[in-house]
Amino acid sequence: MLQALGEMFTYDFMQRALWGVLLIMPLFSLLGTLIVNRGMSFFSDALGHSALTGVGLGVLLGMTDQTPAMLLFAVVFALLMNAIRRLRLSSTDTVIGVFSACGVALGLVLLSRTGFSGYQALLIGDILSITNSQLWVLGGTLIAVVLLWLLCFNGFFAVSVSPSLARSRSLPVRWLDDLFVAVVAIVVMLAIRWVGLLMINAMLILPAAAARNVARGMRGYTFLSLVFALFSGLLGLTLSYLNGVATGPTIVLVGAAVFFGTFLLNRKNG
Amino acid sequence: MSGCGLHCLKMTDIGVTVGGRTLLENINIHAHCGELTAIIGRNGAGKSTLLKALLGEIHHGGKVEFSGHAGAPVRNKRPRIGYVPQSLSLDESSPATVYDLLVSLTSAYPVFLPRRRKLVQRLRAHLERFNADQLLDQPAGRLSGGELQRVLLAAATLPCPDLLLLDEPVSGVDRAGLQEFYGLLEELRQREDMVILLVSHDLEYVRTHADRVVLLDKTVEAVGSPEQVFATEAFSRAFGQKEGV
Repeated sequence: MLQALGEMFTYDFMQRALWGVLLIMPLFSLLGTLIVNRGMSFFSDALGHSALTGVGLGVLLGMTDQTPAMLLFAVVFALLMNAIRRLRLSSTDTVIGVFSACGVALGLVLLSRTGFSGYQALLIGDILSITNSQLWVLGGTLIAVVLLWLLCFNGFFAVSVSPSLARSRSLPVRWLDDLFVAVVAIVVMLAIRWVGLLMINAMLILPAAAARNVARGMRGYTFLSLVFALFSGLLGLTLSYLNGVATGPTIVLVGAAVFFGTFLLNRKNG
Repeated sequence: MSGCGLHCLKMTDIGVTVGGRTLLENINIHAHCGELTAIIGRNGAGKSTLLKALLGEIHHGGKVEFSGHAGAPVRNKRPRIGYVPQSLSLDESSPATVYDLLVSLTSAYPVFLPRRRKLVQRLRAHLERFNADQLLDQPAGRLSGGELQRVLLAAATLPCPDLLLLDEPVSGVDRAGLQEFYGLLEELRQREDMVILLVSHDLEYVRTHADRVVLLDKTVEAVGSPEQVFATEAFSRAFGQKEGV
């Protein structure tokens, strides 16, 4: 096993996968803290499902790389869902569920025209096939999100605590709300090919949910979410390599183990 | 500093209609600096809606004007508003502390970065005025109703606003907590230069402490001193005879 571990990063694809994990997991941990704070995990799940329609539209338009269609569709989809969320209907959950179902169904209908088999990788993801240019895109996205967080995190947080209170401080509540979901949409679409539609929401939520079990203060919450995300990503990648199993689901299983560990710790400490 | 009596908030013909339903209509209220104007009414009378309209959260018809000394505008932009909401979307499991809440509302310094000593000192000193300095590092979602009200009042007055809007919680604050909160409010009223609008469910407090009372039921049913309003038929209809003066 030690030998296998030693060999692990001699392969180019494993080095790129490592960089992928080191870029994607911090991105997810930053977004996840606010998604969990705002009780939006169902929302981000529906957003992930909309990737299928984005790919379907891209194929329909004859794009070889469907990323622009995915990004555009996901941002529009997110803003539309946000507008409905703002109505504060008692049935918001149901409406988001309907959106989620439509995102999947429309995508499957569009893709079934050309045969779905070529797009199954989208469901499970494959971080081992990530390329250098895609790593640069993720790196740029991470820098942009960190800068955005430095500028807007207080506003995002204040809006999540009380939109009325945030408005009384002259914060552009609606604009911040839409900006946040648009950023989530963009990050989800840029990462979904590597982590998979089925796993992406768990990866977004788990590090923050685990951090919430044990952290006090937004500083500790953000820091622990980052630590748990990197830990799950690196251990998941290593375990999946050693056992020859899919990487995304292994990362999620490690993340879930961290969540349950912190949950029990929290219970024990009262 | 006592209120100068010259700032004034003037609402003229305010109306709010949401989805074809009229929530408020023909609201005319004049509130002055240094005065505590209490807004009372039965549940669903539109009290919180009026505050949200003033905050700009709900679209409203009519005019809201805020004038400064000798009728001049306070500043070019809209008046600085301090708002104390009924509650926050923070449950017990939320890691957010009072520090996070105050910093996110009053500073551009990101709450997730290491703390700056000066900022912490400034917040602690301000919280001390509200007997809440020991709460700075407490999770905001686990505060008692009274503690949360004090923290929110501290947040609303950092910096001191021209207009203080308070939406008193219907429940969750015990008697002692309410007394302390009212004491702090009284102190602010006497010392600072601001218009105070309080949505209250505590008629006894309103009777003894408010300068003016507005009885609301979609529109202004009665307005005047507590004695005047509590003696009206509209008041009896809203609250029943026995709660009257």
